[in-house]
Amino acid sequence: MRDYHIHHLKELEQEAIFVMREVAAQFERPVLLFSGGKDSIVMAHVAKKAFHPATIPYPLMHVDTGHNFPEAIEFRDRFVKDLGAELIVASVQESIDKGRVTEETGAYASRNMLQTTTLLDAIEQHKIDAALGGGRRDEEKARAKERFFSHRDEFGQWDPKNQRPELWSLFNGRKKPGEHFRVFPLSNWTEMDVWQYILMEEIDIPKIYFSHKRKVVVRDDMLLAYSDFINLRGDEEIKEMEVRCRTVGDMTCTGVVESKADSLEDIVAEIAASRVTERGGRADDKRSDTAMEDRKKEGYF
Amino acid sequence: MLKYEEMELLRFTTAGSVDDGKSTLIGRLLYDSKSIFEDQLEAIEKSSRRAGGEEVNLALLTDGLKDERAQGITIDVAYRYFSTPKRKFIIADTPGHVQYTRNMVTGASTANLALILVDARHGVVEQTLRHAYIASLLKIPHIALCVNKMDLVDYDQETFERIVEDFKGFATKLDVKDIRFVPISALKGDNVVNRSEKMKWYNGSTLLYLLETIHIAGDYNHVDARLPVQYVVRPQKDEYHDYRGYAGQIAGGIFRVGDEVEILPSGFQSKVKSIDVLGDSLPEAFPPLSVSVQLEDDFDISRGDMLAKPNNKPEASQDIDATVCWFNAKPLQLKKKYYIRHTTNEAKCIVNDVVYKMDVNTLKRNTEDANIAMNDVARVKIRATKPLFFDSYKRNRITGSFILIDEGTNETVAAGMIV
Repeated sequence: MRDYHIHHLKELEQEAIFVMREVAAQFERPVLLFSGGKDSIVMAHVAKKAFHPATIPYPLMHVDTGHNFPEAIEFRDRFVKDLGAELIVASVQESIDKGRVTEETGAYASRNMLQTTTLLDAIEQHKIDAALGGGRRDEEKARAKERFFSHRDEFGQWDPKNQRPELWSLFNGRKKPGEHFRVFPLSNWTEMDVWQYILMEEIDIPKIYFSHKRKVVVRDDMLLAYSDFINLRGDEEIKEMEVRCRTVGDMTCTGVVESKADSLEDIVAEIAASRVTERGGRADDKRSDTAMEDRKKEGYF
Repeated sequence: MLKYEEMELLRFTTAGSVDDGKSTLIGRLLYDSKSIFEDQLEAIEKSSRRAGGEEVNLALLTDGLKDERAQGITIDVAYRYFSTPKRKFIIADTPGHVQYTRNMVTGASTANLALILVDARHGVVEQTLRHAYIASLLKIPHIALCVNKMDLVDYDQETFERIVEDFKGFATKLDVKDIRFVPISALKGDNVVNRSEKMKWYNGSTLLYLLETIHIAGDYNHVDARLPVQYVVRPQKDEYHDYRGYAGQIAGGIFRVGDEVEILPSGFQSKVKSIDVLGDSLPEAFPPLSVSVQLEDDFDISRGDMLAKPNNKPEASQDIDATVCWFNAKPLQLKKKYYIRHTTNEAKCIVNDVVYKMDVNTLKRNTEDANIAMNDVARVKIRATKPLFFDSYKRNRITGSFILIDEGTNETVAAGMIV
């Protein structure tokens, strides 16, 4: 008898497809959270496979801080158009204008924290009962405790100590009115898996993931992409360097890395040799030891 | 450069208490396989110092929640990832104390292998037996029993062999196909990744080599063809006007194009017309592939139905004998309605009878005690409102498992294995 086995990327893909179909079956108004970053691109790619030849049966939603890499927004619009999907944009700027949140000030000002309110408002407004996110357990220690189907109460809060046990592939999406779920189909993927999968499937990603010349600011051992959204401190200077993004998020808190990697093969090799996690370049995680857990409890991604 | 074509995925579970060296072992596997990153190491060094510790506490790598770090305990299952050029590994790290039986069961449900640690100085203890029992109950196909802290017994061969014999004696009561024994020192690194110079008498594999090479392709059932219908793909496009794809993950056996299939519960028979994945058709599908199957005939098929073969069908019954592990603070109530979720199917059910309660430490069956509370394991009789299509858990871990959900709170209150 032939040896029926599949390699690890295929197995992770099959698991993610199962989770995405489960979402379509168990919920009425799911959305797929899409930022234009690599994890959400992979998630959308897998979703396409899950429902082929039909289109993805839920809209994409972008929580837009307004502080985006322009390349990521261009990519987002093109990607959504090719997919033939509906895009909902939930804008942090609108939340600020409506007085739902207050803009932070100072050198470390970021709209990262504000996204939570915008996200929860959008979930309420569109009566969303499940939001698929690209979060992975290897990213961060609080995420390591996350379920595939993660329950949120009527305030959008996560209660990490009282989570539903999750066994086999039996996902319990039962909820009361007003509650919702966050679903993480890529839970078991690592950063390396994501890149190898992008390479294997030849998935198109924004150019900023590849090496390019960019103005940067060195701050707290990190390189921040310089933009109008960065408030410089007195002694900081702007330099031009050859860099690439390892993650793509809000421009005010996403670090870039010095890199000459200009192909997917080079990126995979670079990550294999890397001694720092991808979130090592995220100022939002550095605010405290439990920054991610604290944000997640309140309803962050 | 790209080696993923040859890499398999192995899921294993570790269970243990604070002092049996479990965290040190995981730390060792991650560290020696270069899966701990500098910023992670720096962060836990900082936390260890803040807590007043001298040495870096590798447990902080897995204990991610604020309360876990403050109390120095593992509350919940934590997942860790590492890989070697041969395999990618997912570790479900669970606390070992009896009050966390439910977490062990959760971690064990998807594992190919259970890694059980024994302190060479203490040998096989109650906790070892509990872990082995849970591994056997959840039908984890492989057990690796690591006799740890060999450095503290002068790497003594007899000590190791005595522990192996003790464990084998107990294991005859269990149903585990494949048990391996490895003498290690997680602290010193003996036989974890590198062969020990101190234990020349040991001819077996190092732990990592074992994890990299143990045969797991046979862990799925490849005999009894089962496809629980998860979702029906119906494109709203003109070119796919008549397309009906029955999507789901193959739960057992092999489906080939042209195969006769029977649809449950209707009993209608048809043939597999095609097995579709994006941009391609497959000649055959096997577990754990997520596929979309088209049939020759047009029937009314929906989520919860199951495709099988006319000459090999699952049992179909409203009455289910099962072993359950109770997960909830609210004890089991006889005759109360719960939801039972089994494959992609759901029904209401009542638990009619507790046949016995299992003492997970002694494996004694208590037929007098019907009080099933959190972390208890019991044999029960369940009656569902409609027939479910199942195999015994021993035969198929996917079609033989279910969860119970509380109608009022929506919490998952129990995990069940069908006898």
